[in-house]
Amino acid sequence: MRRAVLILVPYLWLLALFLVPFIIVLKISLSDIALAIPPYTPTLDLSEGWAGIKAFFGALDFENFWFLTTDDLYWKAYLSSVQIAIIATLLTLLVGYPIAYGMANAPDHWRPTLMLLVILPFWTSFLIRVYSWMGILSNEGYLNQFLLWTGLISEPLTILNTPIAVYIGIVYTYLPFMILPIYAALERMDGSLLEAAEDLGCSRLSAFWLVTIPLSRNGIIAGCFLVFIPTIGEFVIPSLLGGSQTLMIGKVLWEEFFNNRDWPVASAVAVILLLILIIPIILFQRNEQKNREADG
Amino acid sequence: MPEKIFEPWNDPDAKPLIQFKGVTKRFGDFTAIDNQTFDIYEREFFALLGPSGCGKTTMMRMLAGFEKPTEGTILLAGQDMAPIPPNKRAVNMMFQSYALFPHLSVWENIAFGLKRDGRPKDEIAARVSEMLKLTRLEKFAKRKPHQISGGQRQRVALARSLAKAPKLLLLDEPLGALDAKLRQATQFELMDIQEKTGTTFVIVTHDQEEAMTVASRVAVMDDGKIVQADTPARIYESPNSVYVADFIGDVTIIEGTARRSGDGYEISHTEGLPALYAVSDAQLSDGQRVFLAIRPEKVEITADKPENKRNALRGKIIDIAYLGNISTYHVALPSGQIVKAQTANTRRLSRRSFTWEDEVWLSWTDTAAVLLEH
Amino acid sequence: MRRLTWFNATSLTFGFAFLYLPMVLLVIYSFNESKLVTVWAGFSTRWYGELLRNEAFLDAAWVTIQVAFVSSTIATILGTMGAYVIVRAGRFTGRTLFSGMIYAPLVMPEVITGLSLLLLFIGIGLDRGMFTIILAHTTFSMCYVSVVVSSRLVTFDRSLEEAALDLGCSPMQAFRLVTLPIIAPAVVAGWLLAFTLSLDDLVIASFTAGPSATTLPIKIWSSIRLGVSPEINALSTLLIAVVSVGVIAASIVTKRSALRQEAEERAAERT
Repeated sequence: MRRAVLILVPYLWLLALFLVPFIIVLKISLSDIALAIPPYTPTLDLSEGWAGIKAFFGALDFENFWFLTTDDLYWKAYLSSVQIAIIATLLTLLVGYPIAYGMANAPDHWRPTLMLLVILPFWTSFLIRVYSWMGILSNEGYLNQFLLWTGLISEPLTILNTPIAVYIGIVYTYLPFMILPIYAALERMDGSLLEAAEDLGCSRLSAFWLVTIPLSRNGIIAGCFLVFIPTIGEFVIPSLLGGSQTLMIGKVLWEEFFNNRDWPVASAVAVILLLILIIPIILFQRNEQKNREADG
Repeated sequence: MPEKIFEPWNDPDAKPLIQFKGVTKRFGDFTAIDNQTFDIYEREFFALLGPSGCGKTTMMRMLAGFEKPTEGTILLAGQDMAPIPPNKRAVNMMFQSYALFPHLSVWENIAFGLKRDGRPKDEIAARVSEMLKLTRLEKFAKRKPHQISGGQRQRVALARSLAKAPKLLLLDEPLGALDAKLRQATQFELMDIQEKTGTTFVIVTHDQEEAMTVASRVAVMDDGKIVQADTPARIYESPNSVYVADFIGDVTIIEGTARRSGDGYEISHTEGLPALYAVSDAQLSDGQRVFLAIRPEKVEITADKPENKRNALRGKIIDIAYLGNISTYHVALPSGQIVKAQTANTRRLSRRSFTWEDEVWLSWTDTAAVLLEH
Repeated sequence: MRRLTWFNATSLTFGFAFLYLPMVLLVIYSFNESKLVTVWAGFSTRWYGELLRNEAFLDAAWVTIQVAFVSSTIATILGTMGAYVIVRAGRFTGRTLFSGMIYAPLVMPEVITGLSLLLLFIGIGLDRGMFTIILAHTTFSMCYVSVVVSSRLVTFDRSLEEAALDLGCSPMQAFRLVTLPIIAPAVVAGWLLAFTLSLDDLVIASFTAGPSATTLPIKIWSSIRLGVSPEINALSTLLIAVVSVGVIAASIVTKRSALRQEAEERAAERT
């Protein structure tokens, strides 16, 4: 009895506020835009009984999805989201791995402090962290001031409102998600394994390639998914740093909804975005499952 | 006054405290306990002994109420236990990990069960101090579990489970986390406390020495079944199977065929060697395959062929394990069979009479070995 | 043996410089006299004064704190229940759906969560305001709480609960007297995480907020879209300071108590 209450309370909450809203999105994505409130048809009218339900389902169609394929804005946005997410994930790995590796090799009494330094930005407002780069990257920003002062450049570089700024923003904000799982994997590694590898004739570099990298593989995979998955639907970073020339699907959805007030198309965009995300999410969960089994 | 021997299991009028009746426990396809029927009597110190995975812990968890039998019934003082949840049973358990509540002091841990019964405050206080005294923990009452040593934690766990004066106390590998020296001292302490409180103890262990030391009866388990349940002496001296003989202590097993002769059987084991002889009241048919189990300390080792012993074999020493007080010799017979013989080292090492590669004679009396069918 | 090579030291130095330099610059330039953010014109606390006189910001901050407090508290209760169900309740019909729903919001893009909740609120005719933001924040942050609490519950020694039952507790009492006090640090951590996530959220709040309630991130957003502003720099500095002090204090407290426990354990083994 108590067990049933324990299960039902969070269950019903999630059904009502997670699953049902999603079904509504699915339904609206199959509706048509209308100049009304709410701005779409059909609306389900239960007072008309069975005929109403039949009419309701009859009016649903895949027109919005068809529309998404005809306007190249959308598939270009999907494609460029995936592309930006892949490149940004690799960049984050490239920046994050040496940091995680350095942390794992640091003396024991440094490690809690280093961990704290990695986690601290995570608790700090995401919006503010992205915002901080606006002052750095703009034409009269700190970076250009510095470069002009050193004499490396004579004209200010345009970085803000380009994809480069988006990459910097993503690497910066998602770096802790990459560092932490890799560090966890490296820290667990038995230090004598490297000694064994060197004892058996490896150079330090080949020991790193043949022992350290394979043993941190699960951390690398987890870190990459943790960066890749949220990056695809990212809205704040491309809006603040990417300017008008960066096309990302989160931004398109936002604009479709708030600026064009085209709810059916916005919903269709959301449904497709989710379909794109399902594959990496399933792969990620499988990786986590495997890690848990390996640990247990 | 002759001491009264405590053997309720031999008394047909004695009423068992716990009865297992055809109990089977399955987890999915896996059978953990296979149709077991046996009794445990009041004031007994009953040990369930076996390798990990033999079902001994499942047996105990069914007594505590954390698992329900798939088939059969368990009776406590004649009452079916199945419908009674763990928190309503007059059974308490001492956990292998001790399961001391880390956020409560030693005193609060011991008082925990008493408080749940809603007893008056002063009664709880009295009972807790009694328990603290019994386990010599008075000085540590205010400490938290992480502020005391492993041995003290073990005693807190014992005090906590005894505080409610259960009819039956279950101990799951109670000494497993202690080091060897402390374990021995604690074994005697456990026996002492069991005697003082008169509680029935059921202990689960994989350590045969521990079971032999503390228990009034030992049940040797294998693969969900009790193979033999008897006093430690009988388990050691008269095992009922090769499994039990091998599990408890050191033993040499010689395989052969039996032929009736006098009070026992002649066992021919290797062609060309004289048959061995063992007194036995087992009912064996001629030519039946049997196993002769012989404990190393019952084998005598001599340089010359002993006179008038029917069981005498010649072999070569291939290994000597020197353990200080005793030495165990591994002697290879011409057939390749290894026989172990043990001698007490009453003389200094330098004057020891045998060494590697020596040809020696092994012998034992007609009643020393046990004849086993399986 | 692990050795800190020059390569490690360099990557740590540059890595942490990369992580902290932007925030340090933000803090420094928040004390800039000039209205032009990127040109240093002398030290001043002028923008802090302006910020504190800005009613709109203060109102938004107050709304944000209320939303964060209420939503993180409900999320902690629901999330702890959810974690308990996932780790302990065993099999029940719809378990797969349940664990899917518990973990899905973690990987769900915020724009989708926001959009779907907005469509729900409109569909059932709920006026958007503080209440709807609280509902939305509770829903996504309870999943984070579940993850934090369930990772603690997984390593929780189950025999402690069994011991409580064995000593006469009902299952409810066992949870209240034994499980809850022991997992309390994870529950608190979950609450803090939920609170921070709620304070921080822009996207979901933008979808679910109505004209009657604006949160601080929405306010910040509408002002920084136009470019860098010294007032926002001052506000950011205040937020960074609060978070840093909180996180550092929390980590010192946990480290101290861990050290004390270790010392006591060592002392106990010697007695």
